[in-house]
Amino acid sequence: MSASVDRFDERARREADRVGRNVVHRGELLRHPVYTRVLHWSVAIAFILSLLSGFAIYSPWLFHWLTPLFGGGARTRLLHPWFGLVFEIFFFFQFLNWFVPMSWTGADTRWLKRIKRYTTNEDKLEPEEVGFFNGGQKVYFWAIVLSAVLFLITGLLMWFDHVVWRWLVAVSYVVHDLAALLMLAGFIIHIYEGTAAMPGTFGAMMNGTVTERWAWTHHPAWFRAVTGRDPRESYEREKRRRAKRERAIQRWEREQDADEDL
Amino acid sequence: MSNPNTFQIQEISAHPGPVPGQGTQRAEEICKYIDVTTCIGCKACEVACVEWNDHPFRETTFDDTYQTMPSTEWNYWNLIKFVEDQRDGNLMWLMRKDQCMHCEDPGCLRACPADGAIIKYENGIVDFQQDNCIGCGYCISGCPFDIPKFNEKTKKVYKCTLCSDRVGQGLEPACIKACPTGCLHFGTKSDMVQIAGLRAKQLREVSGFANAGVYDPSSIGGTHVIYTLHDINTPERYGLPKNPIIPPSYTYWKWTAKPIGLLMAGLGLLAVFFHRVSVGPRLPQPEEPPLVTEHSDPVEAKLKEQP
Repeated sequence: MSASVDRFDERARREADRVGRNVVHRGELLRHPVYTRVLHWSVAIAFILSLLSGFAIYSPWLFHWLTPLFGGGARTRLLHPWFGLVFEIFFFFQFLNWFVPMSWTGADTRWLKRIKRYTTNEDKLEPEEVGFFNGGQKVYFWAIVLSAVLFLITGLLMWFDHVVWRWLVAVSYVVHDLAALLMLAGFIIHIYEGTAAMPGTFGAMMNGTVTERWAWTHHPAWFRAVTGRDPRESYEREKRRRAKRERAIQRWEREQDADEDL
Repeated sequence: MSNPNTFQIQEISAHPGPVPGQGTQRAEEICKYIDVTTCIGCKACEVACVEWNDHPFRETTFDDTYQTMPSTEWNYWNLIKFVEDQRDGNLMWLMRKDQCMHCEDPGCLRACPADGAIIKYENGIVDFQQDNCIGCGYCISGCPFDIPKFNEKTKKVYKCTLCSDRVGQGLEPACIKACPTGCLHFGTKSDMVQIAGLRAKQLREVSGFANAGVYDPSSIGGTHVIYTLHDINTPERYGLPKNPIIPPSYTYWKWTAKPIGLLMAGLGLLAVFFHRVSVGPRLPQPEEPPLVTEHSDPVEAKLKEQP
């Protein structure tokens, strides 16, 4: 199965790259090709639509102001399962696209153990074994897989509630909500980490590229894999280069100031 | 759906806060009493219901019984259920008028997430307000009697109103008015319970139905539609649940877990915001400008150069 999935994924990637473009500037690395980017944002749009319409069903007394977006309460309810279905379909392809790099390794277990150091920014550089995705990203990915499965099963039960047992539907409402809360928690952290928490990350999904500095800081093992260079050594060299440059600028500024004083 | 101003409202679905004006007026609890032992299955009540509520006549479905259709529909709120019951080697025809039971503790109202889509009046009538209905269908699985029905065209849910529009004008429900045998009664709950009890006693003592009794299930606080049954121990034979239960997830989940979930999501948003404010971002290393400079302040640098 894996081989045919790989073949399909490879072909989709090639076709997408033919239509779209990856512009990689000097000092940058290609992180997400066109196919991955398009999939990610398709999933994201479908999820946000599902989330907004879902909020209006979760607690209408609190979120009824969202329903006009979809044409009223009844139509919101009507559209929600379709948004969800679109999400499921796109996420299925994203799953095929990513389940290999998202597979769990010992490095991810060690990453999770030091998550406190990560959240408090104690280390400027990630451990050298952190690859294309870190443990946190993998936890989020597999949480979505779990939620997506729960969404699909309970969603279908609720969609066709007249053909299934009443208690099953009642349980489905709760499980569906729990899956949504799990996704929502991950979603909040995901958006934060992808934007404000780590500058340079948003571009990875928009343009497909990241800077080399970003790569050796956050995903050193991936940096090593794509460039063949040592991430720590590259970092040290860059640091020396920058310090040298800074000293040169200051020397030049001092000379300028001295000229003015004369 | 009736004019909500007709009766004092007791409960509103998914409504945060108290019900305005609750308990300010005296309201008698009303009740419909159905004596299934004297029902002849003539379906006059079905016709009266369709006529009063201006519903179109539906095509009937033949399923080898005298039943009009398999179940009530969004525009067919009143249905005689025919059951051919074998008892002690004899055939017995059970005919039960099926409609909304107007529960004291309504499962539909418990399940409903939409503010004001289902209201319960102090007189016991449970009424749907389609203007506020979002068509989620939670009430359908919340109902132990399978009464609320979804309309595919309007995408909303409908059911018997206990003729709240008639009752508001001091009239009895249309089905009661049409009943030719007098097996349907309408009045206050206490009166109906008393009459039903007397009839059950009569059935036990005179007619030889030793287990005759009144169906007014206490598991949902009683109903505002009650029956006398030949055999109270087996209401399932009439298609009635013995112990109707509202899935507990509706009550606990809706008012406890759901708000907690939202609260946690809100706290999560605050948490990431304050993480950014306090801990700050993880920047690509080395940072720009460099973290350590020999003379970061040009003025200070100049001062240092002065002898």
